[in-house]
Amino acid sequence: MKDVSELKFPEELGYVESHEWVRTEDGRARIGITDYAQDQLGDVVYVELPAPGKSLAKGAPFGSVESVKAVSELYLPIGGTVVEINAALENSPELVNSDPYGRGWMIVIEPSQSEDLKGLLSVQAYREKLKG
Amino acid sequence: MTEFPGATGLVLNEPLLWERGRRGRCGFSLPSRDVERRPAPAALTAAGPDFPDLSEVDVVRHYTRLSTWNFSVDAGMYPLGSCTMKYNPKTNERQAAHPGLAGAHPLLPADLCQGALELMAALECLLAEITGLDAVTLQPGAGAHGELTGMLVFHAHHRHQGKPRSKIIVPDTAHGTNPASASLCGYRSVAIASNANGVLSPEAVAAVMDDQTAGIMVTNPNTLGLFEENVKAIADIVHARGGLVYCDGANMNAVLGMVHMGRMGVDVLHLNLHKTFSTPHGGGGPGAGPVCVARHLEPFLPVPRVRLVDNRYVLSEDFPLSIGKLQAFWGNTANLVRAYSYILTMGAEDLKRVSQLAVLNARYIKERLKGIYHLPYDRPCMHECVFSDSLQQAHKVNTLDIAKRLMDYGFHPPTIYFPLVVPGAIMIEPTETESKEDLDLFIESMKAIATEAREAPDRLHQAPTRAKRRRLDETAAARKPCLTG
Repeated sequence: MKDVSELKFPEELGYVESHEWVRTEDGRARIGITDYAQDQLGDVVYVELPAPGKSLAKGAPFGSVESVKAVSELYLPIGGTVVEINAALENSPELVNSDPYGRGWMIVIEPSQSEDLKGLLSVQAYREKLKG
Repeated sequence: MTEFPGATGLVLNEPLLWERGRRGRCGFSLPSRDVERRPAPAALTAAGPDFPDLSEVDVVRHYTRLSTWNFSVDAGMYPLGSCTMKYNPKTNERQAAHPGLAGAHPLLPADLCQGALELMAALECLLAEITGLDAVTLQPGAGAHGELTGMLVFHAHHRHQGKPRSKIIVPDTAHGTNPASASLCGYRSVAIASNANGVLSPEAVAAVMDDQTAGIMVTNPNTLGLFEENVKAIADIVHARGGLVYCDGANMNAVLGMVHMGRMGVDVLHLNLHKTFSTPHGGGGPGAGPVCVARHLEPFLPVPRVRLVDNRYVLSEDFPLSIGKLQAFWGNTANLVRAYSYILTMGAEDLKRVSQLAVLNARYIKERLKGIYHLPYDRPCMHECVFSDSLQQAHKVNTLDIAKRLMDYGFHPPTIYFPLVVPGAIMIEPTETESKEDLDLFIESMKAIATEAREAPDRLHQAPTRAKRRRLDETAAARKPCLTG
């Protein structure tokens, strides 16, 4: 596993303590897991995602990610409706490891409350949390 | 110092049976035909399965060679945390092979299998005595099946009270099967975190316990190997709101003859005969997961139940509140015989000593390896201790590398990456059957590996180097499983 200083956390993203990231795109939110999360999990072998159209509250589990070590739940950083999921992860779960902020994205949410987006952590705040 | 048991020897390769087979070979001969040859009805014929043609010696060598690749408690120390891989005394096998028991057909009428039924009734009494609970079912096939049985009993109890409930409290130090068993029974599991000491606090339970919560599932000792010291106060909180207390008894090997589960407030408990009571497991056959309950839950136990009527044992279905039948026939009876044999050969005092030595052995390892490996909860442990790889991470060595390297030293690796509350967990359960010499050898191996992690980390990255198979690609096996021959 890498040291926190070796991990990448893009400036433009919002983060939550449960290690998901959020990218705002025209009012919608694209969500995945951070470089730290994929590094901790190790090789991802399966990603379980919700059906598009499903409405979920902020903090609700929206799926799970299985690595060679363990199965971990995924928690929704903001409440809303699932409008898109990354179907590529079904056959290529390794994208979560190789490109966590790009081709390893997980779902796109139509937020039910735009205020949720304001409560996300900045890169600096997330890094502080990781240092604990 | 004594030599480590790990070594290389004459290890033979062995192909798949399909590659060994040659057309026309045969491993048996039939008596000569003394009736007219007749074609089989067309409806009963087909091409048949793709079985290779093999001689007897082909088959014997194939399985004998495969067996030499195996590792078992008969070969060496198997400190797989949470699994209680103790040595299984051979006398138990001898009793289980007794023709009157091994040959008893499950459809025999009760009058023709009085001995088997008496053994089951006696084993129920012994398990009730050992746990301090009142009634027992021997039906469940293994631990998780016992958990499901317990949850069905919870549900039947609340339904009988006229108030079915929807939730179950499950701490983060419980066995992973607990929330799965609760979900299978239709409950929603409510997770609560253990405190800084690695145990549950009564306040955390009080905060979530309500009138919709059927009860709590506690693993005691928990998966950190720590005794849940607040369990009585927690049971009082749960009972005050009409809930029930389930104890996962998989770790019973730590507390035989030491705790009275009934007085601790436990209503339902399952035992793993294949852990605590020394029946073989881990590829060695089926388990057995009897469930013990307090008196007020006895009416809900599965049927049929063994009963003594007019001095004859019978199988009775006459329990109208029962949750029903959970298993074909009467459970994994050969394992019931082995456990009965174990309990009787040990006796009460020695069973207590089992737990004392199991705890002593784990504490000895914990103290000797503390500081060499990180110990996240530095408290007196019970039958197992949990380290992590955090001191080795600076050398880019992780728990998996340590576990693989241990194989080169001749030991089965411990449980790794569990419990989840410890990142990179290394969970070691030596059991009571390891001698001090073997424990010392294991400790020396772990120390040598920690030194290698500092000085030659690649030796760990490449491990195992002495095993029949080198490092397997676990990722490829999970992503692209190949399930055919």
